[in-house]
Amino acid sequence: MATVQPHRVRVGRSVELGLLALALAIGVAAYALVGIGATGAVPTNVLGYGVGMTVIAFAMHIVLRLRAPFADPVILPVVVALNGIGLAMIYRIDLARSARGITSTFATKQLGWTAISVVLAAVVLITLRDHRTLRRYTYTAMVAGLVLMVLPLVKGLGADINGAQIWIHVGGFSLQPAELAKILLAIFFAGYLVTNRDTLALAGPRVLGLQLPRIRDLGPIVVAWAVSVAVLVLESDLGTSLLFFGLFVAMLYLATERTSWVVIGLGLFAVGAAVAATTIGHVGARFTVWLHALDPAVFDRAPGGSGQLVRGLYGLASGGLFGTGWGQGRPDLVPFAESDFIVASLGEELGLTGLIAILLCYLVLAERGLRTAIGVRDGFGKLLAGGLAFAVALQCFVVVGGITRIIPLTGLTTPFLAYGGSSLLANWIIVALLLRISDDARRPAGVAMAGPPPRPPATTAPIPIRTSVATVGGAAEGDDQPTERISSGDVDV
Amino acid sequence: MSELTITLLRLGYLVLLWVFVLSAIGVLRRDLYGTKIVDRRGTAPRTRAVGTAGTAQAAPQAGGRGSRAARASTTPTRLVVTEGPLRGTTLPLGSSAVLIGRAPSCTLVLDDDYSSSRHARIFPQGGQWLVEDLGSTNGTFLGDVKVRQPTAVPPGAQVRIGQSVIELQR
Repeated sequence: MATVQPHRVRVGRSVELGLLALALAIGVAAYALVGIGATGAVPTNVLGYGVGMTVIAFAMHIVLRLRAPFADPVILPVVVALNGIGLAMIYRIDLARSARGITSTFATKQLGWTAISVVLAAVVLITLRDHRTLRRYTYTAMVAGLVLMVLPLVKGLGADINGAQIWIHVGGFSLQPAELAKILLAIFFAGYLVTNRDTLALAGPRVLGLQLPRIRDLGPIVVAWAVSVAVLVLESDLGTSLLFFGLFVAMLYLATERTSWVVIGLGLFAVGAAVAATTIGHVGARFTVWLHALDPAVFDRAPGGSGQLVRGLYGLASGGLFGTGWGQGRPDLVPFAESDFIVASLGEELGLTGLIAILLCYLVLAERGLRTAIGVRDGFGKLLAGGLAFAVALQCFVVVGGITRIIPLTGLTTPFLAYGGSSLLANWIIVALLLRISDDARRPAGVAMAGPPPRPPATTAPIPIRTSVATVGGAAEGDDQPTERISSGDVDV
Repeated sequence: MSELTITLLRLGYLVLLWVFVLSAIGVLRRDLYGTKIVDRRGTAPRTRAVGTAGTAQAAPQAGGRGSRAARASTTPTRLVVTEGPLRGTTLPLGSSAVLIGRAPSCTLVLDDDYSSSRHARIFPQGGQWLVEDLGSTNGTFLGDVKVRQPTAVPPGAQVRIGQSVIELQR
């Protein structure tokens, strides 16, 4: 005899506080150790840095307590830890540069971006009381997302940096609008698919046990594919194109549960990738670098050689199992060690042990996102949370896979770790949205939205049942409970 | 700073990193291991006093006689599906019969190819609950015995209907 215990949600705000303290310790300790390792002394401003990070993290925690009391307790600490590790590594690269006589202030800028991002995430949590509001802006989000994606192509606004035309210059800042477009498109896909999923899932012939969609329902996936190919061709941005298409296919699968969409998506992607690899020089070079990275000819090629990739691999190798320690390695030998190759830098200084811990942080983040998607009751929230979590996971896979030579290298950023304001901003907004949806998913039924933090409710209590005593005794009709109505309505012997 | 301190700091940081990751996973372990299922065989049955008092009063009205206090500990108050696609579903037992089957009009609608559309009925009589097979194709079993006529179901006994197993609980 076994009984199924009802799942009781622990609110977990104090658990979050404890984990947050650990996460801050990780960030601040990394900062101090970088100073010790690179210069032999603890940085003088470590106290100020620690206080600043603590204020930022606890402000977010208080916003959660007030505005999303049931939000997931693990998401925020994991993100704070990743952000802290990233900041320390960027600071470490700065120190290495200044030792070589190059002044760079990446760390200060990134710290500023962190503050801006956290404030923006708090604003999202405060202003967006219910994620379902976003569904109203389904098509607005589509238009805005597509505009942001093509913005870098506008003359005078866009900028070609390192062979990819994905930046825009606004008032002295350079931004990657595709990062923000990712969120808008996830909102659009969720809103679109929640309306149309039935036609996409059910209509159509069945071939070899595979439920195929109708030809005319293929429209959206073809459009998504065409847009991602256009991004690839016009902006030479393999990463964004991959992320965009992968997000769409994953959300289609989430919405319809049909393997056929994944098969069609992967097929279309394979065709697109094969054509791009043979016809577009930029993409073809990436493939050559991937397949023949250690050829001297490929290594020495002036633009688009495999030097960066191979140096990153050597960095990982010299890190070994336990790493060289913060500030003890030479991650700055790899070009873009603070942005595209930050995973290689971390692998060198923290070793495989540290890198796996970081990857587990991402795994936990993605798991919480998907768990939120399972828990939330409305279809739009399910798709949005699942899509956003998948986007973060896919981005990690593409970046880490590129650096470790599992897949060709692409120009995506590592979420929360890599240097780059737009990426940090977009990912913190994703976190705010996930927290908002998880608040809805974990809130027990019958508790008002975003109210004051209530006590953990006893969800184990049985549904109050009015029995026939009340009915026979002539109790008020309002006492009738729906559960009893159902069962008493079926007395048909 | 000595070599030893540096090494200790280096390894200490990795330990800190893993402490964080493992404590985060510790918080999630309930999710990772799924729903908690408790085996009640060894533990004494708990009597639930307040929450079920109203339900327990259903029995006298249903035609039984005897002391109410004794009834409160023997009369089942809910029907629980312990196996099959609907595992975990509970249904409060009132004074009315519970019809089980695939037909949408049933009280407990089973999504089970092995059950008939109107498969079985569980109803109160004389202070206890009885199960009756409604001429189903695959039969209803109380424990291992096929139910041929209305049979009393003691609390905790397993009633098998198709792929589902239900039991009455206090």
